[in-house]
Amino acid sequence: MFAADFEYRKAGSIAEAVQLLSDNPGAKILAGGHSLIPLMRFRLARPEVVIDIGGIANLRGITVGGDTINIGALTTHSEIAASADVQRSNGLLAEASGGIGDPAVRNRGTIGGNLAHADPASDWATVLTALGATVSAQGPSGARTIAVSDLIEDAFATALAENELITTVSVPVLAANQRAEYAKMAHPASFYAVVGGAVVVTMDGNRCTAASVAVGGLTPRPVKAPSVEQALAGTTLTADSIGDATSRLGEDITAAGVDIIGDVYASAEFRAGVAPVEVKHALMHAIGLAHH
Amino acid sequence: MTTRIFGSGIRRREDPRLITGQAAYTDDIKLTGMVHAAILRSPHAHARITSINTDAAKASPGVLAVYTGADIEGVLNPIPCAWAIPDSDLKAVAYPAIASDVVRYVGDAVAVVVAENRYQAEDALELIDVGYSPLPSVINPEAALADGAPQLHEDAPNNQAFHWVAAGGDTDAAFADAAVTVSETINQQKLIPTPMETRSAIASWSSAMGELTLWNTTQNPHIARFVTCLVTGIAEHKIRVIAPEVGGGFGAKIAVYPWEMITAFCSMQLGVPVKWTETRSENYIATTHGRDHVEYVEMAADANGKVTAVRSVVYAGMGAYLSTAAPGIPTILHGLMYSGPYDIANITADVYGVFTNSTPVEAYRGAGRPEATFLLERLMDKVGDAVGIDSVEVRRRNLIEPFDNNRDVAIGITYDSGNYSAALDQLLGHIGYDQFRHDQEHEREHGTLRGIGVACYCEICGLGPSQVAGAVGFGGGLWESATVRIYATGKVNVFIGTSPHGQGEETTFAQIVADEIGVDVDDVEVIHGDTDITPMGWGTYGSRTTVVGGAAVALTMRKLRDKARVIAAHLLEADEADIEYEDGQFFVRGARDRSQSIQDVALQANVAWNLPEGIEPGMEASTYYDPPNFSYPFGAHAAIVSVDPDNGHITLDRYVAVDDCGPQINPMIVEGQVHGGVVQGAGQALWEGAVYDDNGQLLTGTMMDYAIPRAHLVPDIEVHSTVTPSPHNPLGVKGIGETGTIASTAAIYSAVMDALKPLGITSLDMPLSPEKVWRAIQASGYTGNGHGHDHGHDHGHGHNH
Repeated sequence: MFAADFEYRKAGSIAEAVQLLSDNPGAKILAGGHSLIPLMRFRLARPEVVIDIGGIANLRGITVGGDTINIGALTTHSEIAASADVQRSNGLLAEASGGIGDPAVRNRGTIGGNLAHADPASDWATVLTALGATVSAQGPSGARTIAVSDLIEDAFATALAENELITTVSVPVLAANQRAEYAKMAHPASFYAVVGGAVVVTMDGNRCTAASVAVGGLTPRPVKAPSVEQALAGTTLTADSIGDATSRLGEDITAAGVDIIGDVYASAEFRAGVAPVEVKHALMHAIGLAHH
Repeated sequence: MTTRIFGSGIRRREDPRLITGQAAYTDDIKLTGMVHAAILRSPHAHARITSINTDAAKASPGVLAVYTGADIEGVLNPIPCAWAIPDSDLKAVAYPAIASDVVRYVGDAVAVVVAENRYQAEDALELIDVGYSPLPSVINPEAALADGAPQLHEDAPNNQAFHWVAAGGDTDAAFADAAVTVSETINQQKLIPTPMETRSAIASWSSAMGELTLWNTTQNPHIARFVTCLVTGIAEHKIRVIAPEVGGGFGAKIAVYPWEMITAFCSMQLGVPVKWTETRSENYIATTHGRDHVEYVEMAADANGKVTAVRSVVYAGMGAYLSTAAPGIPTILHGLMYSGPYDIANITADVYGVFTNSTPVEAYRGAGRPEATFLLERLMDKVGDAVGIDSVEVRRRNLIEPFDNNRDVAIGITYDSGNYSAALDQLLGHIGYDQFRHDQEHEREHGTLRGIGVACYCEICGLGPSQVAGAVGFGGGLWESATVRIYATGKVNVFIGTSPHGQGEETTFAQIVADEIGVDVDDVEVIHGDTDITPMGWGTYGSRTTVVGGAAVALTMRKLRDKARVIAAHLLEADEADIEYEDGQFFVRGARDRSQSIQDVALQANVAWNLPEGIEPGMEASTYYDPPNFSYPFGAHAAIVSVDPDNGHITLDRYVAVDDCGPQINPMIVEGQVHGGVVQGAGQALWEGAVYDDNGQLLTGTMMDYAIPRAHLVPDIEVHSTVTPSPHNPLGVKGIGETGTIASTAAIYSAVMDALKPLGITSLDMPLSPEKVWRAIQASGYTGNGHGHDHGHDHGHGHNH
């Protein structure tokens, strides 16, 4: 597969990358290259200019400060999975990043690139939506903070302006009484999520005091599940109460006003049918009612 | 006595260069002045070409030439099919290298661009303007044969490529008399072989010499030379085909394709070397596929489950044209194996080869025998259910009794040797069959869906006697050859006609040589894959390389040993009758201190200072070995699976294989072949399948969509064996390259059906995707308590800080 002609520019700083974006409408940012390069090789993407941000050192790395984990946009999935800081402060991040694609993908693919590409089957979009994460986006007139749930607008469409660049992903540290889990039905070829369910529950003993639930893979963008969350909050979590709560997931997807994706591997009906199952599995594992 | 090298699991000598990236595949080769070809392929499954304008492409930067179907007319002959099954009304339809009037599948070549680099060639492809008038298309082979179906070839009415029937006994009478009959409709889905190396060719034409050199990713360079001669008109002795490192074939590199013929044409037109290498997406539409049967199969049995008859009607998709060996796959290699390891008196195989608007179908690992095994095992399970006996017991009642030299089966072939029940017994012990059935009863009470599947098989390989090859319409011989040269220093070169491409014969053939003549295995080098250097051979497929080619090597070594004995006797001043041989040493009987090593003898043979009268100098011999029969490996495999009732996900929990390939030259390589084969068969059962839309577009056209098996989805495969030598060849070996694939699809499928049995689910199409299983479970009204189930999810315990 052979890409069409393009101009290659290497940005030395975030400011230069933003400037290059402003100067070259339609230009594409090259981070890990795991989404952009295949599209270019299939000639489905034909940018005239590609801006390589791979050399910008301060876009890379993980810091934990107070109740927030800040992850540079260029940080790879492997680096996140292997980070002791991440494992200590938000185990779900480490687990989810370790389940993306395969080792080659994880060694090159970046969290910022993943979010900016906005593939509906992305694990990050669903997990970070449930966790209430935000991104910092740098544009010509400065930086702004966008919630991941607002960032992803539709399949392959984000709230980023053409000349904005994701620089940091910020994720809350999980509290001692919070438990989080992600369960996905992975496509057997790509390991992308056919259906993925991410949950964060705040517990008081066996009682759930608050819950955050998101599903993805089956919808063009991750969908939050307020009905499920409300059903869980204030409830003692058992297999039955979890089953009752997750059975409301369909209402939330309907209320979100999005289409359910169907393709050659999995129909929309099937995805809708197993989405509550994946959320239920995530909850059961989160609170230790099911084990490997 | 040291450990015998034959039978020793030494490391593969191929691996260091493969693992360290030093191996040179066709695409790694760069010739001076070499230019690059890219092929424009039809985006339509079926269309009439109304116009082609190549002006803009020809003017594009770096472009040297653009050729269309009109340019090759009268220069390149059509691509021939090499397996014309007799008495089958076979239609050898025209298969042009570049289509000029009608395209018949997505991937059919329409034009080729040659440019200074591949990017320029790809840019120019976009500038070729082709007018198409789309025609209706058909993908399903049964539908293609039906009245009113779109027609592909004027010369093949109703898209029928051939109709072949083989029968033994009186099948209809057996069905009429049967206490029990069972039937099944089987969809052997189309598979994409997906070797790691895509196809590639470099053609270099020398007009001064009138010679063509063709580097080609092929399993059979000598056949490739033969067919290249037919297509290009270049004399056979003026063509050199080189198969460099070949990164897997699985049958897809048997065929001689239009693409390397186009590459040769370009080099001949331009007078410079031309390289063409497939992209992966191109590989998925332009390199042959496997399987693609729609089958209606039936079995008849008495009230005790003793099978009396099997019969089929099979619609075998050929794709748009007949690929090199395609017609032989669903017929000779499939229909003739309907007895499997069982004693069945009445058999009828009724097979239609059908043209469809899809990528041509060829051999794919197992080639016909996985399909035969699958239908027998499927029907055997159903007979067991119908008469109310366990699936193992029904097999046991039907297995052929042990035999060590020839057993005729009703369809008219003769098995070499077998002890099928011994393999089954060993399997049941390893997997703990009785314990599993005991545990399963309790698990089912709790709604747990776990199942076990057992598949017994006997397959035909070691192809094969040339006389039979001729009788069944194969357009060549099936013997093999070896030339062995022992140099003055005692080092050995082995030149073979076969063409291994991953199977490890550079190692195992050296083991044969070392074992036969007592040299160190590291003193032996095996050379293959170059028609100018190696003696004629028919290639590597059908698990024949070791069985036929290995026999040629062994017999050659025995000739050299006989010559060495004569020379040794002369050097030892003893009578030849008094010379004994052991471990590379020739002794005078009763005086073991008087000896000559094979190296001593080789030195004398090569310098020829002191040879006995009438003995020629040199230490070289050749053998052309034509086997008296095929070989028939056999075995029994078992799989244990879990099914998650909530989302239909299948987990392969355990897999045990017991195979009998006769004596094993290298058990580690045998084990590796079983591993790879089992996993490939698991792919068909669980994940793989080429899916087309109604317009003949391949929807699973990338590795992001077409799911080949991945390591973490497969458990450790437990490999065991029995050893029943074949009486038909000098080493007793039977072949192991395909057995895993032949057994595992059936075993895994059967295990899933066993797991779903409490729900009354008896049949599902492959691959057994979660959605198909989930839908069947939903439709069954399953109400099992799903709590506490935990299968198939990539998640751990809840995370907190």
